[in-house]
Amino acid sequence: MWKYVLRRFIISVLTLLVLVTAVFFLVRAMPGDPFMSEKLTPEIRQNMLVYYGFDKPLYVQYFQYIKNLMHGDLGVSMFYNGIPITKLIGDSFPYSADLGIRSLILATLLGIILGIVSALNRGHWLDYVCVFIAILGVSLPDFVTGYLLQYFFGIKMRLFPIAMWTSGMHKILPVIALSFYSTAQLTRIMRASMLEVVGEDYIKVAKAKGLTTPQIVWRHQIRNAILPIVTLLGPLTAAILTGTFVIESIYAIPGMGKYYVLGIQNLDYSQILGLTVFYGAFLVAANFAVDIIYGLVDPRIRLDGGK
Amino acid sequence: MDFDRVAPATKNTVEVISRPSLTYWQDAWIKLRKNKVASFALCLLVFYVFMALFGPMMGKFDFKSIDGDAIDAIPSMSHYFGTDTLGRDLWARVWVGARVSLSIGIMSAILNAIIGVFIGGVAGYFGGKTDMLIMRFIDVMNGIPNLIVAILVMVVLGEGLTPLVIALIVTGWLGSARLVRGQILQLKNQEYILAARKLGAGTWRIIFRHLIPNTSGIILTNVTMTVPYAIFQEAFLSFIGLGVQPPNASWGLLAKYGSQTFRFAPWQLFIPAFFICTTMLSLYVLGDGLRDALDPKLRNK
Repeated sequence: MWKYVLRRFIISVLTLLVLVTAVFFLVRAMPGDPFMSEKLTPEIRQNMLVYYGFDKPLYVQYFQYIKNLMHGDLGVSMFYNGIPITKLIGDSFPYSADLGIRSLILATLLGIILGIVSALNRGHWLDYVCVFIAILGVSLPDFVTGYLLQYFFGIKMRLFPIAMWTSGMHKILPVIALSFYSTAQLTRIMRASMLEVVGEDYIKVAKAKGLTTPQIVWRHQIRNAILPIVTLLGPLTAAILTGTFVIESIYAIPGMGKYYVLGIQNLDYSQILGLTVFYGAFLVAANFAVDIIYGLVDPRIRLDGGK
Repeated sequence: MDFDRVAPATKNTVEVISRPSLTYWQDAWIKLRKNKVASFALCLLVFYVFMALFGPMMGKFDFKSIDGDAIDAIPSMSHYFGTDTLGRDLWARVWVGARVSLSIGIMSAILNAIIGVFIGGVAGYFGGKTDMLIMRFIDVMNGIPNLIVAILVMVVLGEGLTPLVIALIVTGWLGSARLVRGQILQLKNQEYILAARKLGAGTWRIIFRHLIPNTSGIILTNVTMTVPYAIFQEAFLSFIGLGVQPPNASWGLLAKYGSQTFRFAPWQLFIPAFFICTTMLSLYVLGDGLRDALDPKLRNK
């Protein structure tokens, strides 16, 4: 198990390094630079370039960036004059994290439950309801879901507030909108996985031993069917994270997504770079955690080092 | 000991061929056609492709031209799908958008599959150090959030169809490479590969004549399943303003503008959303159907 953990850890660190390097050079390769405004005289422009270190060779800038990164310094925003990127993140990330984590939890619980219900009632109307939800979820882009929920439950029925992120009631619609796609994916996979496990020999053995159906379902079927779900959690975290960009802008939630999109529009190098590195590190950490969980729940990996 | 005399084979005693011999693809095609839902999905997709090619010519308006007398017009006999806020004909825009969305989806899925087959095939067949290096590379790349890479590539390369497709394949090939490698690992020690090698077939002949054709079913299924993903990503990129730029259209872009106006002009959202939804659904259903039809283990059931 430790060998497996160490291996995943090394891969995570490498991933992060590749990410930082790739993003650094990609950002520099963007057409234009942050000081292209016509209001700036050539002297001011030159001063700005020197101030932010853009006059030095690219590799010097790169190593300087890595060095600062090691100290937890992500640089200073060029568009919002002088505000450190870490402050931008510190102010906005709690909202994004709140939204994202709630959605991920809702999606996981609901997806697994719907998948189980669906598989156990195969061919029954309950199954069709779950399959319908799953199909609707995977075939609607999340901004469409977001606007539709806002319209029907917020504006038409006045059941929930239409925007902002203050009370618990405000959080219901955005969380449902963001988790809808992931719930649907999990339902699909969980249903398929449950149906696949039913045919296995150990279920027949359990039946032959005389176990009751609830015992078989709980101890053998669900336990084995849930494995593929764990591998799906990594990609779903990524999907929810990028989904926050969209949902935050629909529901006016002051999260990080806005800064990311604005950073790209304003060509704010340090903002794009800083937020990407932060997102990347967050996802790499999440994937690492998922790998560890997978190692814990799957004895094959726990015992032979996950070859 | 008695021996029965064996009668010479006559026309009546020769083993009767119970069914015509079919190739793998013929067999799969027959099975797919028997699957009603998947056949319907296939027909619908063919219809959308047909309409994407010829639909804009069937309407009365151009997708770019603005009809000042018919702003936010509801669907009618002159504007079949109504018009948008600028008075552009939605029938034309939906089918022009279909060209963009479908071609992005199909192109990126096919290119992903080609790259994936090549790299996954090499990794799986050669094994050892080559495999180790390629797989570690894939592990590292896999950790990088692909939409973020897509966003950056779009920003660097600018707007348009080609940058979009490139942005979607930079990280898109990883999944298919993994899949192909897994298949090749399973297949390469089978007896017919050994036989081919003993008959003197070279490495590349074995890879291209034996291994890849035997994984083609799974690859095709995978392609069908990745097209919806690409269409979704395009919609996301359009939403944050990096996808196709107006006056050009894609389904994602139409849905984006539609969702801003649907309080008073609901068809502007519902029409593109309907096409996105049904296309996704058809592709998933077709993918499931293909998986069942192409699985040789299910052949005689």
